[in-house]
Amino acid sequence: MEPIYLDNNATTRCDPAVVEAMLPFFTQHFGNASSIHAFGSEVGKALKKARSQVQALLGAEHDSEIIFTSCGTESDSTAILSALKAQPDRNTVITTNVEHPAILTLCEWLEKEGYIVHKLKVDRKGRIDMDEYKSLLNDRVAVVSAMWANNETGTIFPVVEMAELASAKGIMFHTDAVQAVGKIPIDLKNTKIDMLSLSGHKLHAPKGIGVLYLRRGCRFRPLLRGGHQERGRRAGTENSASIVGLGMACELALKKMEIENTEVKRLRDKLEQGILSQITHCFPTGDVSNRLPNTSNIAFEYIEGEAILLLLNKLGIAASSGSACTSGSLEPSHVMRAMGIPYTAAHGTIRFSLSVYNTEAEVDRVIEAVPPIVAQLRKLSPYWKDDAPAANPEAAFAPTYA
Amino acid sequence: MWEYSDKVREHFFNPRNSGPLEEANGIGDVGSIQCGDALRLMLKVEPETEIIQDAHFQTFGCGSAIASSSALTEMIKGMTLDEALKVSNQDIADFLDGLPPEKMHCSVMGREALQAAIANYRGEEWSDDHEEGALICKCFAIDAVMIEDVVKANDLNTVEEVTFYTKAGGGCAACHEGIEEILAKVKAERPGMGETSPPAVCPATPEAPKPPAKKLSIVEKIKKIEEVLESVRPMLQRDHGDVELADVQGKKIYVHLKGACSGCMMEAATLGGIQQKMIETLGELVQVLPSSHMPVEA
Repeated sequence: MEPIYLDNNATTRCDPAVVEAMLPFFTQHFGNASSIHAFGSEVGKALKKARSQVQALLGAEHDSEIIFTSCGTESDSTAILSALKAQPDRNTVITTNVEHPAILTLCEWLEKEGYIVHKLKVDRKGRIDMDEYKSLLNDRVAVVSAMWANNETGTIFPVVEMAELASAKGIMFHTDAVQAVGKIPIDLKNTKIDMLSLSGHKLHAPKGIGVLYLRRGCRFRPLLRGGHQERGRRAGTENSASIVGLGMACELALKKMEIENTEVKRLRDKLEQGILSQITHCFPTGDVSNRLPNTSNIAFEYIEGEAILLLLNKLGIAASSGSACTSGSLEPSHVMRAMGIPYTAAHGTIRFSLSVYNTEAEVDRVIEAVPPIVAQLRKLSPYWKDDAPAANPEAAFAPTYA
Repeated sequence: MWEYSDKVREHFFNPRNSGPLEEANGIGDVGSIQCGDALRLMLKVEPETEIIQDAHFQTFGCGSAIASSSALTEMIKGMTLDEALKVSNQDIADFLDGLPPEKMHCSVMGREALQAAIANYRGEEWSDDHEEGALICKCFAIDAVMIEDVVKANDLNTVEEVTFYTKAGGGCAACHEGIEEILAKVKAERPGMGETSPPAVCPATPEAPKPPAKKLSIVEKIKKIEEVLESVRPMLQRDHGDVELADVQGKKIYVHLKGACSGCMMEAATLGGIQQKMIETLGELVQVLPSSHMPVEA
C-alpha cells in the first residue's frame, strides 16, 4: 500500500528536478562563490540565476532584495530584530496571536527584554479586526509582523491592506509568508510590504534554506555579522546547492501556480466534503472562504487528534493535529484556542495539507479511511454514547479535577 | 512522532476492555478536557472478597492515554482492592515497557482513576491533590510545580542547585531559561528577600558547606542524619510518600523509601536531594542509598 502524504504544510518532498539541479553543486561546482577562480565564478553565476528565480516568484522589483538565509525562522528573527535595532526610538511590535512559534516565541522573549508586543486577536474564523489593528498603529511601533497565511487553517490575512495602513503611518511591515509562497500569487513590487520570510522546504526545495525579502530602502541591521556574503546582510558562506535548489523550486512553483489553485483546490474540497458528509459532529476550522487552496483543517469532536493520527498512520496516511498531545504540551493548538474552538473539539483537529503531487485516488482512499477511525475512537470516548455525544456531554462526564 | 514501545502501540491499536461496563459497582472519572485526556474506569467488584472481577475503561485521549487505560484494566483484573491500590503509575508504565517522559502523566491518570474508582466503590470521597505543571525538564520529566516546591522548600537560588535537588536541567540544558524564571518568581515572592535586603543576609549556598569544627561521633552523626530526614519528610508525605533511616555504614546512608516514594520514577531525584542536604549538614561527603542496595549479611 503506497503511503499518502497529506502533511505538506509541515514539509514537502523535494521535486526531482530540484534534486537534479542541486547535485552538480556537491561535486563539480563545489567552489566558494567568493573565490576569484573558475571554481568560484561558476557558483556565483548559479546563485545569481537562483536569486532571479526567487525574485520572479515573489514579484520583487530588484534581485538584490532577496537575501538567502538558513530557514524561515532565521528570516523572521532577522526581520523583527533588525526593525527594532534600526529604530531605537521605537519599542513596540504588533503581531497576531495565531502566528507561528517562529514569531510568537521571539515576541515573548522580546517582552521579557522590555519591548511592548501587541498581539491582535482573531474571531471564530481566525480573522483579525482591522479597526483594532488601525487603533494600534502609532509612532512607537517599530514593525508589524503578520503571517500571510496560517499554517494550521490556511486562513489568509489581508497583509497587502495591512502593509498599506502601516506604511501610511511610517511603520515597517513584515510578513511570515512561509505557507503562502508558491501556493498563492504574490507581487511584492505592487505592495507596501517591507520584509517577507519564506522557507524552501515548504515548496519542494530542501530544508535548510530560506529567504528574507528586504525592500530596497528599508532600514536594516544584520543578525549574523561576518563576511561580505549577501552584501554583508547575512554573513556566512552561501549554501550554494540549496540556493540553486530553491531557485528551481520557485521556477516550478510559478509554473504550477495555476494547478495549485484549480486542481489541488478541487481535490482539497472533495476531501473535505467527503469527510464532512459522512461524519457527524465535525466541522472545518478557519475562514473557509478565504484560505490556501491546499489546506483543510477539520475538528472532530469528542476524540483526540494524536489517536486519530496514529490510526491514520497505520493505514499509511500522513496528516497532522493541533492536539496538545502531539506537541507534548498541556494545551491544544494556540490557533484553535485563539479562535475560541472548545476544548472538546480543539484536541481533535486534523490538518490535511495537499500538494500538486497528490492524486484523486489518494483523496478517495482517505475519504474512505477517516470515518471508521473516528467511529472507533468515539466508541472509546466517555463523551460519546452509541451514535451521538452523550446527552449533555460535559455533564455526563465531569471528571474529578479540571 | 513519539517513540512508543511496541507494547504501547499494541494496546492502543487493540485496546482491551474498552466501553461501558453495565454491572460496574465502582466508577472513577478523572482527567481534564483542557489537557486533552480524561478517563472513566469502571470496576465490577465481588463484595465478599473485594476481588476485581472485571474492569472496563472509556478514554478521551492520545495513544498512550488509551494504552495506559487498557494496560491498567488488564493489570488489576483478579486483584483484591487492596492489592490494586498498590499499583503505581510506574507499574503501569513498566507494564507498557515504558512511556516517553511527556506521556508519564497518562500513567498517573490511570493510577488516579483506580483510586477514584475504589473510593467510589467504598462510598468514600476521593479528592485529587495531584497538581501537574507544565513540563520543564524533558530529559528527566520534571514539571514546574515540582521545581517550584523544591525551590521553596530548600531555599534554592541557582540552576545548579535545582539540578542537584531535582535533576531538572541536568541534561540537554534547554530548560535552564525556564528554571531561571521559576527561581526569579519564587525569589520575588520570598518574604524579606525583596530588593531592600542586602545580599549579605542570603543563606550560605550548598556549594560552600561549612564543615563542623570537630569530627562527629557516631551518635551525633546519626542524630544529624535523623534531623535531615525529619526536615524532608513533610515534603514527601505531601506526595503520599515517606522515608526512614535503615542503616549507616561508613559514608553510606541507607534509607527506606515508603508509600508513594517506593518505586516512584523520581526516586533518584529524591535521594539526590536528601544526599545534598546530608552533605551540607554533616560537612562531609556521604552517599544516600535506598535500603535495597544494602549489602546482604553474610
